Parts: sequence; structure tokens; C-alpha cells
Amino acid sequence: MSETVLSVKGLRKLYGATAAVDGIDLTVARGEIFGLLGPNGAGKTTTILMLLGLTDSDGGTIDLAGFDPQREPLEVKRRVGYLPDSVGFYDNLTARENLRYTGRLAGLRRGVLDRNLSEALERVELTAVADHKVATYSRGMRQRLGLAEVLMKGTEMAILDEPTSGLDPQATFELLDIIRGLKADGTAVLLSSHLLDRVQAVCDRVALFHLGKIVLEGTVPELAHQVLGAGYFFEVEAENFDMARLKTLPGVQGVSEEGAGHYRVHAERDLRPAIARAIVDGGGALLRLNSAEPSLDMVYRHYFESQHGTA
Amino acid sequence: MARRSGSPFTGAGIVFLKEFADHLGGARMMVLEWLVLLTGIGAVYTAIQDLRTTTSQDPFLFLNLFTHSREPLPSFVSVLAFLVPLMAIGLGFDGINGELNRRTLSRVLAQPIYRDALLLGKFFAGLATLAVALIALWLLVIGLGLLTLGVPPNGEEVARGTAFLVIAIFYGGLWLAVALLCSVLFRSAATSALVALGLWLLVSVLWPLIVHFITAAIYPPDPLQMLLGGGPSYEELQLQQMLSRLSPSTLFGESVLGLLHPATRALGPVFIEQLQGALMGAPLPLAQSLLLIWPQATGLVAGTILVFVIAYVSFQRQEVRA
Repeated sequence: MSETVLSVKGLRKLYGATAAVDGIDLTVARGEIFGLLGPNGAGKTTTILMLLGLTDSDGGTIDLAGFDPQREPLEVKRRVGYLPDSVGFYDNLTARENLRYTGRLAGLRRGVLDRNLSEALERVELTAVADHKVATYSRGMRQRLGLAEVLMKGTEMAILDEPTSGLDPQATFELLDIIRGLKADGTAVLLSSHLLDRVQAVCDRVALFHLGKIVLEGTVPELAHQVLGAGYFFEVEAENFDMARLKTLPGVQGVSEEGAGHYRVHAERDLRPAIARAIVDGGGALLRLNSAEPSLDMVYRHYFESQHGTA
Repeated sequence: MARRSGSPFTGAGIVFLKEFADHLGGARMMVLEWLVLLTGIGAVYTAIQDLRTTTSQDPFLFLNLFTHSREPLPSFVSVLAFLVPLMAIGLGFDGINGELNRRTLSRVLAQPIYRDALLLGKFFAGLATLAVALIALWLLVIGLGLLTLGVPPNGEEVARGTAFLVIAIFYGGLWLAVALLCSVLFRSAATSALVALGLWLLVSVLWPLIVHFITAAIYPPDPLQMLLGGGPSYEELQLQQMLSRLSPSTLFGESVLGLLHPATRALGPVFIEQLQGALMGAPLPLAQSLLLIWPQATGLVAGTILVFVIAYVSFQRQEVRA
């Protein structure tokens, strides 16, 4: 698991005087799913294009599967599968013809190509419609076909740019399943997204991009620890009770309203019994009380709120 | 900077085959083919009606098939001069920006090929499509001639006709390169098509007028000269000719003139002394005609390469992000 596939140091990209990517460091190992998070325009896609050698960098070094994409783009592209943001296909060709074209461009031999292609289509469950024109495909099917292309190449690393954007929940779920399959194959996966709960469900580690820099990096619990501080989180729902009174309980660090009648309590230890008692004693009707895993969504929001506060 | 590894032609053949198949099967190609076919046959048909009466008098009967015109229909050659650029632009105007707008460009370029392969493959696929259409049309005209005139073409006519075909394909290649350049420079296919067509109108219709104005501005008409009944000066003619040859349609027109009218001896001004001993109206041998149009043909090819290189350089620097 420790075998490094991608290592990036001090990568920079300038557009005029502004830095789209400003000195980022990254490492991704075999069989690891690494998430690039951040608002639109934070530099995620630019980074990905530099990793593929499709855009020149203005500084820093990249080592992808032992090659520098800025110098040996063909070697890198032979080893990396790429699913672009809102992937497109030739509508007048069938799914199979589309993949055969890119497969041949990728330099796969005829026998290998046909076998890989059928396997890949099987894995993304498009075999039944493989000979239909892509014009008839839904967005979810196109994304899956894009993943089939990555699978077909049999790559060391898969780079997926916003693979789940614009998909319905069911399609997203299926897609993430296929991505987990890539991980199981030992492929390193780099995926960018702004759909946080989805990313959390599948990523081993994430990096949070902000204005071209990586501001946070690590596993989701690590990030939560860094941004939110240590402690426990509880979700509380109750009627006829003023939640502000919970703040007076010893050990409670904060209470915030998440929705109508839905509160989040931050405490330094497990205070569930104390909270329940306080509500019941206060004459309220306790509807829900459960401990909440710190979500990426919380981390993300909290981080940008604090940035906004200091900026 | 380290030399890049790998061949720029890796994948060019695959792109070529795919694009060629797309062109031949596409609706656009069908429209263009019918357009060429109908106008071509129309022009040749009238030529044949006129030529039947002179079958026995002309040594270059078959070449007349290409060049003969009767009002109001233009000759076959002028139809081609008009339609070949149109076809080439039609085949190339959405070459690169079409991939960008369909969002297939980044997917294709993420494969282990250089951008050169994509551009080269597209260019040669367009050229091959154009060549197939023109060769079919050329054979059709010859066939019609054989059927209706009842005389087979002689060797020199076939050679001149073939050379004409090659020049026509080169001419198409130039406009194909222009169309591809536009498709690299402009993100919208409609803008690209309009700019390419605009350029074509500029150099083939407006350029002669502009050349006239420029020469008139540099060499204002001399009233004394006009009174004496003299024409423009030698320098003025030279300038005029040089400027007008910047337009590929002039180059194509002159090449066709030299090839299909064997009696053409010069494409520029000729002094009376130079004509001493010349048999006016006698045809030149093929090799001499080829020599005559060599600069024009080279110019067409050079122009194609130049435009292609510009397209290539701007494509290398382009962002692939849609």
C-alpha cells in the first residue's frame, strides 16, 4: 500500500500574474483513493491537466508512475486513465466504437483491446447497450462509459474530474461502486469533486484546495480534528425546549442550529445522558439524540466560514 | 530542454481512418457531392453539345470538355474553382472546435498521442475525402466525354487532365488547412465557418479589386501616356501581378490555364521581341507547360504548409479545457 504512484512537489501554474495553482505538494499511493476538494476555480482541474501533461506547469516537479508528464507525456498518458469533467463521446458512433477508437489510440493490440473492452463494459453494466449510438445515452451512462474507458486502459492511476457531478443519487452510488472497484484492482485514484458527502464515502484521504493552495490534507477525521477541534458532536431534536440552555451544561463547547428544531452540540466528552436529562427535566420532548461523525461537509463549511471571518 | 520522446505520427493513422470514415458516411459530404455532381454535369453537358460539332478539328478535344463554357453556364473548371474551396471549408471548419464542443478533445488527448497526430490525421482525412470526390468527378467527366464524343483522349490529354486533378486537390488542401486553422482559432463552429468563407470571398472576389486600387494608388494614371494610347507601365503590371498572385485562386486559375490551354506560353507580360519566331497558337509540349505553372503549383503547396504550420503552432498552445 505504501508504493507511491504520484508525487508532486511545489507545483505552480500562472495565468498572467495570478497563480491558478500555487505551490502544491501531493502524494498518492497504489490502491489509494485521494480526493481533491474545493470550490470551483480553486485550481483542481488545472492541477489535473498538468498531471497529464495537457497544460504546461510554471514550476515544481511531478513524478507520475516514474515519469515527468511535462517531459514524457506519452509515457505518462500510457499509464494514466483520465475521465474529464463532463465527458463527451462521438454521438454518431456506438459505445463500443467510441472505446475502440480511444483504445487504439492508447496503443492496445487488437486482441487485448477486444477483451479489455468487453470486460470494461461488463463492469460498468453497459454490455446490453454497447452497440447503441452514444447519442441515446443518459448522463449517468456517459459517465460510466468514461469509466469503462479508464478500466479498459488497465492503468496504474485513474484521474477522475468531477465524476459524479450532475448525476442522480442512484447513478452516483453505482459510479462510486465502480471507483471502489478500481481501488480493489490496486489502481491509485485521484478524484476531484465538490460533492462532499459522496467524496467522504469513498476517499481514503482528501486535500482541500483554496485559491490554488492545498490548505488542508489528510483523512476526514484528521481534517475534522484540525478544523473543528477535538471533541464529540451530537445531533439533537426536541420540542418545547430552548436549546440555548444546553450551553450551560458543563463540558458543552457550542450549540448551533442546523435546521428547524434540529441542533448540533459540540462537547468535549460524551454528554448524551446529561443532554437527555437536561431536556426531559426542562419539560421538553426529546425526539432525537445521536452522536454525529464529523462530516466533510462540516469541515468544509467551518473552514470557509473561518476564512471569511478572518479575510 | 529535453527532446520529446515518441513519434508525432503515433496515432495519426488511427485518427485518419476514423475521420475518413466519418466524412464518407456523413450527411455533409453527401450534400457536397451532389452539389459538385449536378453543377459539374450541367457544365459538361453544355460543353459537349458545342464540342460535338468540332470533334475533328481540335487536337485537344478532351481538355475543351473542362474549359468550354456557354452562357449562362460557367465552364467545368470555373465550377470547380468555386466549389473546391467550399467543399474543403465544409470538411474542415469544425475539425478541432467540434471536438472541443463535443468535449471529446481532452479524452482523445489523454491518450498517448501528440496533438500533431490529431491535426495531421484530420488534415489528411479531409484531403483524402476531397481527393475521392474529385477523382470520381473527373472520371465521370472523362466517361461522359467518351460516351458522347466517341473519341478516346490521347496520352497528352490524359497527362494534362491528371496534372489538373492534382492541382485541384492541392488547391483544396490549402483551403482545408485554412478551415482547420479557423477551427483551432475559434471556439464556435459557426464563427469558424464564417471566417473561413469570408477569407475565401476576400481572396477570390474582392482581392482583384483591391489589387487594382493598390496599383492605381502607387502608379497613378499618367495623362500623357493615356493620350498617346499607351497601356500601363511594365513596373505597374509587375506589381499588379505580384499582388494578385498572393491570392490562391489566382495561382489555381493560372495553373489551370497553363495546363488545359496548351497554347499558353506565358502567364505574365511578354515583350514583342520575346515573341520573335514564335508560332502563335501552337501548343507547348507538356513538359514546357508544367515548367510554366511550376511556380504556381509550388506556391499552392507552400501556402498549404504555411497555413498548416500556423494552425499547428496555435493548437499546441491551446488550452484543452472546454
